[in-house]
Amino acid sequence: MHNKTIAELAAGLKAGEFSSVELTRHYLERISRHDEQLNSYITVSAEHALRQAEAADRAIAAGDAVTLTGVPLAQKDIFCTDGIKTSCGSRMLDNFVAPYDAGVVERCNAAGMVMLGKTNMDEFAMGSSNETSFYGPVRNPWDLDAVPGGSSGGSAAAVAARLTPVATGTDTGGSIRQPAALCGITGLKPTYGRVSRWGMIAFASSLDQGGVMAQTAEDAALLLNVIAGFDERDSTSADQPVPDYTEALQHPLEGLKIGLPKEYFSEGLDNDVARIIDAAIDEYKRLGAQVREVSLPNTALAVPTYYVIAPAECSSNLSRYDGVRFGYRCENPVDLEDLYKRSRGEGFGAEVKRRIMIGTYALSAGYYDAYYLKAQRVRHLIRDDFINAFNEVDVIMGPTSPTVAFNLGEKSSDPVAMYLSDIYTIAVNLAGLPGMSIPVGFVGRRPVGLQIIGNHFDEARLLNVAHRFQQVTDWHLRVPEQFAE
Amino acid sequence: MSLEKADVEKIAHLARLQIEDEDIPLYTRHLSGILELVEQMNQVDTEAVVPMAHPLEMAQRLRPDEVTESDQREKYQKIAPQVEAGLYLVPKVIE
Repeated sequence: MHNKTIAELAAGLKAGEFSSVELTRHYLERISRHDEQLNSYITVSAEHALRQAEAADRAIAAGDAVTLTGVPLAQKDIFCTDGIKTSCGSRMLDNFVAPYDAGVVERCNAAGMVMLGKTNMDEFAMGSSNETSFYGPVRNPWDLDAVPGGSSGGSAAAVAARLTPVATGTDTGGSIRQPAALCGITGLKPTYGRVSRWGMIAFASSLDQGGVMAQTAEDAALLLNVIAGFDERDSTSADQPVPDYTEALQHPLEGLKIGLPKEYFSEGLDNDVARIIDAAIDEYKRLGAQVREVSLPNTALAVPTYYVIAPAECSSNLSRYDGVRFGYRCENPVDLEDLYKRSRGEGFGAEVKRRIMIGTYALSAGYYDAYYLKAQRVRHLIRDDFINAFNEVDVIMGPTSPTVAFNLGEKSSDPVAMYLSDIYTIAVNLAGLPGMSIPVGFVGRRPVGLQIIGNHFDEARLLNVAHRFQQVTDWHLRVPEQFAE
Repeated sequence: MSLEKADVEKIAHLARLQIEDEDIPLYTRHLSGILELVEQMNQVDTEAVVPMAHPLEMAQRLRPDEVTESDQREKYQKIAPQVEAGLYLVPKVIE
């Protein structure tokens, strides 16, 4: 059952081949057997899941079911879930039981989906390896010595090991796409504003976006149908109609114009990864696409720009964690200043503190113009690079990550080395564009992901481009042998 | 840009973060490294470029000035560290 996609599971449930309760029990059993090795879940909500599964079975029997009714999923632990612990991978929220459901969670619940649990993640979504979590690192199911990527490492590992058939993730600088690439699954970050940020714990408000982590493009389209849409409670939510993302999946790719940025294929890209990406591009040529070189001249400035903007926004967003109304409070504070400083000093990990401090510095008097304002100007240039490229091509492709998964501990002591893992993904967030990563091969045991970038609100095209590739290849069907049973 | 111990202490204070003395050197090194990365932005001249705070051309949406929320204080205060009579308790602020 766990080798079925959510499209197949939905069909099986409708046909009465199995019940949602059976399906849910199956995944809960797999989690209890396998997750000790991966640490992909922070909370397994077994009782809650079984109640939801029972309700789903009743709905299916009554003929009230919708497409994904009864299908299990895992929620990244950054989405508030009413009555269920929501930790954001941090000691600061270790005791936080959310008093409401995030917009994304409401929609999944309304669609009759069954929540298996909350997945592990880098603390407050800050990281590219899932090594900063208060709950310990997540391991890559393809090679347990390797990182799964981050910050949505738990969701990526859980899908790759089939400990859930699909999961949600969030992406601020690459946190869906990069772990999807490192774990060999399909990840989609929608256009900024496409998915509600209501109840999605904020890291960098102009960059954060919720999205999907799935086995296939078709599955990603099915879950995107559920979670996309306007939410008046999110003031940055886009009031744009939501198409049926499965409708255009089958469109032929003849005439599709693919752009390959020359800046993405220079030094810094691992040779073996480059070879696999080239082979994937060749496959697209066979599918009828035209490939041409484009240029995104400000590519090298994306990481520096991001590491001003994201920390600046995070320093503001994380100022709400003060030990007063909820979350971690230090013991025996002597005065208010001590309460703030020790609650935050003890509640936050090192990477979070680093970013808060960089952000505070960049926004402080005397430095605001040189850092924050400068970064917002460079951001404009980076976005314009993409607008210009999309005048010539329909989608842009390249490697999602410059390397395959690195070993646990390899980059965790050098922040800047870690930051450079996001060199291809970050600009997409700065420009607010939608982006996907799909599995296209392996170097040794470690997966390689191809990034596909589209114009604003062009998710249907991205999913179509990914789907046609998956119809003629089978990388997306692979499961690590250790987790096959 | 290289930071000094005093810079890091000042930033930590602004951010209300307790950093232990023995950890300051490591933070200083890491933060200086990040600022060095960030300085690469100065490679490009942006005099004529408008700062962009938002990737899409969206204006802040407004809503009518009507009360739409209900009082859920009891529910929200269930998870508070210390409350009394509907108020959040903290160490004495005013001497």
